[in-house]
Amino acid sequence: MGIMKFSEHWLREWVDPPISTAQLSAQLTMAGLEVDAVTPVAAAFNNVVVGQVVSVGPHPEADRLQICRVDVGRGEALQIVCGAKNVRAGMKVPAALIGAVLPGDLTIKPAKLRGVESSGMLCSAKELGLAEQSDGLLPLSDDAPVGDDIRRHLQLDDVSLELGLTPNRSDCLSVAGIAREVGALNRSMVQGPAISAVVPQCDQTLPLRIEAPQACPRYLGRVIRGIRRDVQSPLWLRERLRRSGLRSIDPVVDVTNYVLLELGQPMHAFDLAMLQDGIVVRMARPGETLTLLDGQTLTLRDDTLVIADGRGPLALAGIMGGQASAVSDSTDSIFLESAFFAPAALAGKARSYGLHTDSSHRFERGVDPELPRRALERATRLLCDITGGQPGPVIEQLEPTALPQRAAIGLRAARLKRLLGIELPGAEVSGIFERLGLTVLEQDAEGWRVVPPSFRFDLAIEADLIEEVARIHGYHQVPETRARGEVQLDAARNLQREQQRRVRQCLVDRGYQEVVTYSFVDPVLQGRLVPGVDSIALANPISADMAVMRTSLWPGLVQALLYNLNRQQGRIRFFEIGVKFLRQRADIHADISEEKVLAGLVRGARMPEQWGSGHDDSDFFDVKGDIEALLTLTGNSAQFRFERAEHPVLHPGLSARITIEGRDVGWCGALHPQQAAELDVDGNVWLFELVMTGLQQQAVPRFAELSRFPAIRRDLALIVAEAVTAQQIEDCVRAVAGERLRDYRLFDVYRGKGIENGRKSLAIGLTLQDVSRTLTDADVESIVGRVLEAMQDRFGATLRE
Amino acid sequence: MTQETAPNIDQLVSAAQQRIQAAADQSALEQLRVEFLGKKGSITELMKQLKDIAPEQRPLFGQQVNDAKQSVQQLIESRVALLQAAALQQRLASEAVDVTQPGRGQGSGGSHPVTLTLERIEALFAQAGFEVAEGPEIEQDYYNFTALNIPEDHPARAMHDTFYFDQRTVLRTHTSPVQIRVMQQRQPPLRVIAPGRVYRCDSDVTHTPMFHQVEGFIVDRDISFADLKGLLGDFLRGFFERELQVRFRPSYFPFTEPSAEVDIQCVICGGGGCRVCKHTGWLEVMGCGMIHPQVFANVGIDNEQYTGLAFGMGVERMAMLRYGVNDLRLFFENDLRFLQQFN
Repeated sequence: MGIMKFSEHWLREWVDPPISTAQLSAQLTMAGLEVDAVTPVAAAFNNVVVGQVVSVGPHPEADRLQICRVDVGRGEALQIVCGAKNVRAGMKVPAALIGAVLPGDLTIKPAKLRGVESSGMLCSAKELGLAEQSDGLLPLSDDAPVGDDIRRHLQLDDVSLELGLTPNRSDCLSVAGIAREVGALNRSMVQGPAISAVVPQCDQTLPLRIEAPQACPRYLGRVIRGIRRDVQSPLWLRERLRRSGLRSIDPVVDVTNYVLLELGQPMHAFDLAMLQDGIVVRMARPGETLTLLDGQTLTLRDDTLVIADGRGPLALAGIMGGQASAVSDSTDSIFLESAFFAPAALAGKARSYGLHTDSSHRFERGVDPELPRRALERATRLLCDITGGQPGPVIEQLEPTALPQRAAIGLRAARLKRLLGIELPGAEVSGIFERLGLTVLEQDAEGWRVVPPSFRFDLAIEADLIEEVARIHGYHQVPETRARGEVQLDAARNLQREQQRRVRQCLVDRGYQEVVTYSFVDPVLQGRLVPGVDSIALANPISADMAVMRTSLWPGLVQALLYNLNRQQGRIRFFEIGVKFLRQRADIHADISEEKVLAGLVRGARMPEQWGSGHDDSDFFDVKGDIEALLTLTGNSAQFRFERAEHPVLHPGLSARITIEGRDVGWCGALHPQQAAELDVDGNVWLFELVMTGLQQQAVPRFAELSRFPAIRRDLALIVAEAVTAQQIEDCVRAVAGERLRDYRLFDVYRGKGIENGRKSLAIGLTLQDVSRTLTDADVESIVGRVLEAMQDRFGATLRE
Repeated sequence: MTQETAPNIDQLVSAAQQRIQAAADQSALEQLRVEFLGKKGSITELMKQLKDIAPEQRPLFGQQVNDAKQSVQQLIESRVALLQAAALQQRLASEAVDVTQPGRGQGSGGSHPVTLTLERIEALFAQAGFEVAEGPEIEQDYYNFTALNIPEDHPARAMHDTFYFDQRTVLRTHTSPVQIRVMQQRQPPLRVIAPGRVYRCDSDVTHTPMFHQVEGFIVDRDISFADLKGLLGDFLRGFFERELQVRFRPSYFPFTEPSAEVDIQCVICGGGGCRVCKHTGWLEVMGCGMIHPQVFANVGIDNEQYTGLAFGMGVERMAMLRYGVNDLRLFFENDLRFLQQFN
């Protein structure tokens, strides 16, 4: 955003529509020149008038005080005791009368100062709230009318408007530009100060050569001799700068800043004595160095435009001047530059050197190529008036073919209507163009052909014109309609979002809280929790603990755990759905894979604390139950397998790899106790992570005929070696029992008394049923017999007595 | 002759009555039933006297014994019913619980407020036929900027505080690149929203380096700026569930023209002016515009045949306004005490 700050009074000198400050501000905002702030230029105070010091005499009791007689245009002169060093007879100063209330709620009362009566107070700029610091009384101009209210005299009943400008509107980075816009919006006349050519008073010039005409198609300058360095800019000028947020420095800087604000032309003044053999505008030679005004020394690249003299670079063109040729206290004569630098030549250059100036900001966005001469004359006039300098003739180098060419742009009436959804009378559209300074070449029923003014860098195509018409006509005048178009029913639409929603809802229903953690994490924590995986590092991280892209959601979840443990939350059930970033090859932008995963973290009690159930901590099978509920969403849960597997950060006995048809879809398990200890977390921390593609619905349920015949259940307690898994038993039973096995349950697992060490008892329930008949005892015995036989053969299982 | 009941029958019945009334439970009653009505019960035994009775008196006697049998039967049954009712009452009384004790179980968790807000936004646009598209978060500079009419060195790039991996690879600064990807791959008509995480290298009280956006667009034969106003007006009134004022203010985005910022009447103060709306009465909630011809050219869509609208909004901002959250950073601290407020 470009900030443009200026006083309303200043603007109203250029254009003065009959609207209030509030209306003006609203109007600018609604025209796309957003008013960010409206602030009074002076704090509230009253009863301060222009006073003229008639006489100054010593105070009998105090050396530092003086007794003044001050004419305030109200009968007899007042006796006011004053401590300021700069007070002298004849000067005009602000005089606070008895009863005045100054900023800071200071009320002026009749007083005796070291025995001498004082009927008022002579004021400094600081005392009136016009400066942060001031040295002595605020001198007013000699023509200030005595007795005039100071607020009226200094136009203090004024506000500063601060606009946040979008990058396309560089033409509004000046009072002149905003005045143009206000004029167009209100159909008001716009008139700035008269600017005419200043008659040269000396004939000194410099040799001037442009070697890079594409980057600098126009360069003007002039010598001004005999600049007085002991004068200050006049109060009105300093006040305008102040109301634009700039400090007064010295007349040369102040005037160039003033013209920058007034007309939008960045200018630069060189100390003439420091220049040798004239001015050359050229590209820098690789390796040339330049020490800038701010003291830093740059090594230049050959894509950088510089202003140079016979010895070398003097300034970064359009960005910042150099220290060696800068105007100083000893400067007597200057060379004042006013040029047009092409936006394309400056784009990105300041930033590439880590710089950003008012000048570069404007040139990058575009400064009116027709402006340099007017600005140079305006600055010369002001500077010579203030400092008594003698101007030389203007010198100019111009490459007309390199100036921005303003081609005619066509706007079709039908297109305007189609894009805005409203029809505007042709005359209104033409009127808008004319008010904005566009030249209407042709207008007929079909449309318009216009040429934009030189200061509008944002107008090049038909759409640009449509926007201008809509903007000035007013967006509020466009009605609300509903978009028409083809509407297609699409079964595949938003399926993944729906799946995500179901997964999320499933976990929420099971007591999980969703979190959103940062995609970039602490490389140290990630290295610990996801060892051996190459992560992608940001070139410009915001902080060291947010420096690499996550390769798992676990670091974020663990961080959220620690955050909450530190806030007395002991029971945590978190999940997050998001992308993790993996690097396929060492070569960065070729092969980054982003994989959407679901991850969870569980710690603490199985259930929220309650009167009616125990306080056991969650264990592996609690988490597995939650994951199984998710797998059920796929319609294919029987195909998923949990396999005991080693994971670098999980407890080797309490972790499982989750697969389907040989494909890995995730992990679950307890954070390795060593890891937990390093993180200073006690108790088990359960983690899981599943790729979202693994959770997609895979099968539409197929209806199976309900049997009309009774089901028969047989329970078996099998004793097997510890190494035999429940999954092996189930797979084997299902394979052997065949399609009559309606249901399979593992309903008890027992170790201990009565069971040999190293073995365990698994109690399973088989529900058998046939769709076409009642199973006979013989049928059942045959199936159970086959199952037992297989159990014995495959696993050495015995029946528990 | 008067028909008097044999005295021993009456005595038997009255004795049975007394004992039945005194019986404390069903098993005692069962014993009494056997004692009086069983095969060898005292009333059953009376029937055996029948043969000793004069034949003309037999029907009467038989009748009397049967009556006695029935009344004892009835006495037992009603006593059983009484005891059962009493037992049931006792059971019900003993099983009563304090219904105000909390229910048992896992309890519910909750979705993150950003998710809730995203789902709400998606559901509203789904009503108007929008589909959801997603794209990569690590983006090529081309999709994030160039294709969106933000060429290299364009001042608008400086407005995005971009996270870089290398010169060509960035963390996307908005979800607009998804618009490019969809338009490259598919032909109009298109109605798409692209929700997701976006990143800006900026962190202070009002900025987090990561946040969420929803970008959306329509490309069809005759989409107009008036349609854009209608769509977003409907959306915002729907999202905030009230008839609020919506205004469109000219602005600038390189990928739309005309461009607008969308303000709503402040939902906190109703437009009167408050801290949240910085005393303007308005809140900026979205950016939008008509898709720029250069963007269409970049993806090969004929700008004469089709026009398009596009819009984007910050999800956290919408969530803050809807829920009254006053600090953006809370969304990513994942403090349970914060998260549980939205369950």
